[in-house]
Amino acid sequence: MNNASRAALLLPLLALAACGADAPESGERGAETPVAPVVVYSSRAEQLIEPIFTEFTKSTGIPVEYVTDDPQPLIARLQAEGDVTPASVLLTVDAGNLWFAAEQGVLQPVESELLTQTVPAYWRDTQNQWFGLSLRARTIIFDNRKLSAEDLIGYQDLADEKWQGRLCLRTSKKVYNQSLVAMMIAAVGEEQTEAVVSGWVSNLAEEPFSNDTRLIEAVADGRCEVGIVNTYYLGRLQREQSLPVSIFWQPAEFGGVHVNVSGAGIVKHAANAEGAARLLEWLATDGQTLFASKNLEYPVLRSTANDPIVEAWGDFDASEQSLVDAGRYQADAVRLMDRVGYR
Amino acid sequence: MTLRAGTRAWQIPAVLIAALMLLPIAVAVGSVFTPAGEVWSHIAEFVLPRVVANTVWLTVSVALTTLLLGAAAAWLTATCEFPGRRWLGWALLLPLAMPGYVIAFALTGIFEYGAPLSSYLRESLAVELPRFSAGVASTICLSLTLYPYVYLLARQAFLTQGIRSLEVAQSLGMTRRRGFFRVALPMARPWLAAGVALVCMETLADFGTVKVFNFDTFTTAIYSAWFGLFSLTAALQMSVMLLVLVLVALTLEYRFRGKARYTSAGSAANAPRMQLSGGARIAASGFCLLLFALAFAAPVSQLVFWAWNSLAGEWGARYLEYFRASLLLSLASAGLVTLMAVMLGYSERRAPGVITRWSARVATLGYALPGTVLAVGFFVVVAGAGHALTAMAGWLAPGRGVTITLTGTLLVMLLAYSARFMAVAYGPLGSAFERITPRVDDAARGLGVTGAQLLRRVHLPMLRGGIATAALLVFVDVMKELPITLITRPFGWDTLAVRIFQMTTEGEWQRAAIPALAIVAAGLAPVIWLHRRSHGANGHA
Repeated sequence: MNNASRAALLLPLLALAACGADAPESGERGAETPVAPVVVYSSRAEQLIEPIFTEFTKSTGIPVEYVTDDPQPLIARLQAEGDVTPASVLLTVDAGNLWFAAEQGVLQPVESELLTQTVPAYWRDTQNQWFGLSLRARTIIFDNRKLSAEDLIGYQDLADEKWQGRLCLRTSKKVYNQSLVAMMIAAVGEEQTEAVVSGWVSNLAEEPFSNDTRLIEAVADGRCEVGIVNTYYLGRLQREQSLPVSIFWQPAEFGGVHVNVSGAGIVKHAANAEGAARLLEWLATDGQTLFASKNLEYPVLRSTANDPIVEAWGDFDASEQSLVDAGRYQADAVRLMDRVGYR
Repeated sequence: MTLRAGTRAWQIPAVLIAALMLLPIAVAVGSVFTPAGEVWSHIAEFVLPRVVANTVWLTVSVALTTLLLGAAAAWLTATCEFPGRRWLGWALLLPLAMPGYVIAFALTGIFEYGAPLSSYLRESLAVELPRFSAGVASTICLSLTLYPYVYLLARQAFLTQGIRSLEVAQSLGMTRRRGFFRVALPMARPWLAAGVALVCMETLADFGTVKVFNFDTFTTAIYSAWFGLFSLTAALQMSVMLLVLVLVALTLEYRFRGKARYTSAGSAANAPRMQLSGGARIAASGFCLLLFALAFAAPVSQLVFWAWNSLAGEWGARYLEYFRASLLLSLASAGLVTLMAVMLGYSERRAPGVITRWSARVATLGYALPGTVLAVGFFVVVAGAGHALTAMAGWLAPGRGVTITLTGTLLVMLLAYSARFMAVAYGPLGSAFERITPRVDDAARGLGVTGAQLLRRVHLPMLRGGIATAALLVFVDVMKELPITLITRPFGWDTLAVRIFQMTTEGEWQRAAIPALAIVAAGLAPVIWLHRRSHGANGHA
């Protein structure tokens, strides 16, 4: 345990207050000139970010400290801490969360030519308060013993009667599904989306699953024939065993594949805004391979190499609809799914 | 009742503790005055009906199941003799160390469709395992992890008075069965009620278990309102409704407990156990064995299997850090909460009346609030205090630029744990205080022992068992706690529970097995210690 955490234990016990805005890094650092660390609040799991931060520190000399949690508590924490927050970067999955953080005013616009050139406009905030750093494709999977890609058209078609009792979905409480529906609302309107989602619900083979991994296993077990999942969950299972499950990409003529991002922004009252900008730029360039491939996701920098498992799924046309919509319509999506009884 | 001035001073600690614990609830209740607008009308129409029904159904079914399992197992192991009775007596306590969210994914791993067991049954024997609905699955998992609360307290009651009361009943001509239902069980009511009340509140506040099965309750709806509809206000307002449910549960417990005072006739150390006949012996053994297997042996085996498979890639020095963080937090909060609970109980004893009684009730309310709400409540309060202190420092030492931050420390965390688990500590302590008869106080006063001396020299030694139980329960509960730990932990304070959460949310159950086993193991030591201690006091091995 480091000095900071020891101090964190002792202070309240002795009823003392930690003084100074940068309490977390108040430890001794020997004779070297201290380099201010970048403190990151992250909703990305520790095992996915730790190796990346280690690499960043190695190549830039800037140390990184982080806390991981759900996005909403992190945003609430940033709001409560206000201008004394130790955090400089908010790193989270799902555009809806990033949009909400910007909406709550805990982020600041970033002026970086490198970032605006690397990240396409539809995968970042309109005011550059956040940037997508890796792509998470949410697409259709199918049981390749019973179906082939020709049997499938796209997301909306899964509402058709012919899929009665053959479709499996994850719970509507997962933000990935909320974003999928939110983007659909933005694209085709609330009325049509409600008809689609309602059709999905009546086609369900089983109650919604609590995570994508269980869903993929259900398809592999033959309990359902089609489902909608994030591709990296399939990749993780395929690392261990081969499954009778294939991927279908919705073609560009029907709007392309729904993608979401994991991304980051600089905290409004960042203690170390300079270091934070360095981190974001590094993640969008040199760190791309590691950042995306660690979790079998797709890099935003299209020239970056993919993991062989990901390559095997083939190329796809990603939707170029602005991900700002995922945030803007998320609450509408949640309400819509409640209305049609999608648990 | 009018109290002497010296006695009235004893109201102060109780009121102070209650006020502190009331802070997050006040923040929640305060939210009622902020309109949440159309979000609320949506929730009222589409979310609340299902959530209220589910929550009430789940709480009642878990309460009944744990009462049945806990009381039956306690009676059998405390008063009967059957093969395996000795080790099952303590083994049945072990699930206390198993968090609901762990047993949920471990049992699913064993029984789900694609698991080896069900595949074998299907392919070799053409037997299909029953598929439980989300509600039933949640009930099973919560009951299997929560019944030890009832078991622990009921066993205490039965051990100290069970056989004696039955003997008396039989001497009055009642049959054994009649004696059990008419005398032994009613006499154990305060303990049973306290146990079931703990179970109810744990169930109302559970988040991890229902999340594994995607069963909608108040806690998940509160999270959805906050995370999905982006309305913290609506989330806080729903917690106020949850609070109403808690009050109902507490009132029921109070009614059930009745006004009677219960005192034990001393240790029943040497009371003989009932010898069961052939069939009953096997049934008793079988019941306890099956309960132990489902609640502990099977899930732990599954975890060991997973842990073994993931050991190479998963184990590392960081586990030492997780372990230490879990341990320190649990120890610190166990000490703090028990201390406050003793003060609360003692105040109530020295200055009985409306004020202390209500203080105790208010102070224990937090148990049923979702950890997130408590944490956010304290967060708001503590951040405010930090700003106020900063302003004061600026006024006292202008131009020095002193800022005071309290939010990044363990302060919020320990406060939230205290609010959350005060009821856990207060339950056994309250019962223990009740069992010290007023005559003891009178006798002590007659000998000139009064005031703080009375607490230190007379009550504390007599409360040892209750204090140990209280501290142990808090220790294990904090070790398992998830939402508060997640939101409020400072840098470097990732615990085992946090690690499990990170792995299970990504569906990586294999990799969650090592921290899950570590939590179970850490929880086991105090459970076994408590068992030994209580048995040492009762004079048998």
